[in-house]
Amino acid sequence: MRTCGATPGGPDLSGVDLTKQTVIQGAVLRSGIDDGVPNGVPVGNAYVRLLDAQGEFTAEVPTNVEGQFRFFAAPGVWTIVVLAAGAREEVKVEAVQGSPVDLIIELK
Amino acid sequence: MSRSNSLVSTDWVVENLSNPNVVFVEVDEDTTLYDKGHIQGAIKFHWRDDLQDGLIRDVISKEKFEALLSKSGISNDTTVILYGGNNNWFAAYAYWYFKLYGHADVRLIDGGRKLWEIQGRELSEEVPTPTPTRYVAKDRDQTIRAFRDEVIAAIGVKNIVDVRSPAEFSGELAAPAHLPQEAGQIKGHVPTAKNIPWSKAANEDGTFKSNEELSELYKSAGVDFAQETIAYCRIGERSAFSWFVLSELLDLQNVKNYDGSWTEYGSLVGVPVAIGA
Repeated sequence: MRTCGATPGGPDLSGVDLTKQTVIQGAVLRSGIDDGVPNGVPVGNAYVRLLDAQGEFTAEVPTNVEGQFRFFAAPGVWTIVVLAAGAREEVKVEAVQGSPVDLIIELK
Repeated sequence: MSRSNSLVSTDWVVENLSNPNVVFVEVDEDTTLYDKGHIQGAIKFHWRDDLQDGLIRDVISKEKFEALLSKSGISNDTTVILYGGNNNWFAAYAYWYFKLYGHADVRLIDGGRKLWEIQGRELSEEVPTPTPTRYVAKDRDQTIRAFRDEVIAAIGVKNIVDVRSPAEFSGELAAPAHLPQEAGQIKGHVPTAKNIPWSKAANEDGTFKSNEELSELYKSAGVDFAQETIAYCRIGERSAFSWFVLSELLDLQNVKNYDGSWTEYGSLVGVPVAIGA
């Protein structure tokens, strides 16, 4: 269970050369039941798709047991689509080299 | 080949879980997902450990393929049903492999592991213990495999289809975006290749688009169906997916997978390379 105030989201970045890589990462959580607090249970084996600025598919990864995913992209605007049993979420992000985009994506 | 004898639905899988003539095989580059849960009764093939020679860069020998299938309980008359993560890339690669060695009845699960999971279908942790067989493979069918010299000779002559993402095709990225961008080869594509990403042949849930949509996709991108076609990607697995679409679903003749793909072509000295969209 993650709770309000936990640092977002994706896998540990040690070992990733952020001066060279443009990272988009995060964690997929399933919301708690209407408790009004942004918490949730990690969703493993959700499918996370990366679409480019034209909406073209670029990559897809399954989340790990912690619900985490990571892409090595290029600077620019990207769309993240999450597919899991009974759920679909879409998030637009802007990626830059040197500073990773780190997301929490909640499935409803 | 056609859709009906190269593809099965997830419903078909449920109906055939106990069919003694069917062997399900999960194929991927990372088989830890299999270990956490797979379709009931399925065995696993690891793309590198089971299907690559390991010493030289090549498919495994006929003898090793026979040994792999024999210990997996697959006979020459078994219906082999392949599926995997990564939108069936590695399953499609294995399908191409089964055809390379002449297996009669092999099919993919439409939508692969992703659709199975999105549909919330059951996964099992039980690992089966197959009864060994004595599988006899045919000699390699090289008519479905392209080598580098043939690719170079095909520039401006045959259909060359680059199935990687637009960013890899243009030279912006050296590898798919879920992998670190540190590949040793140069960036770009084979001149005159048409960029038709594998993903355009698939729906979001991983199923293949209809034959009408697929036919339109390749024709509108400039692929002449009367000509021979060579598909390539980075390491030959995404192009096996597109080879499957062209050769098996659309039933086109003379379609080859260049499994050396960009990791070979992009390392060759002196061959022509194009960049940009």
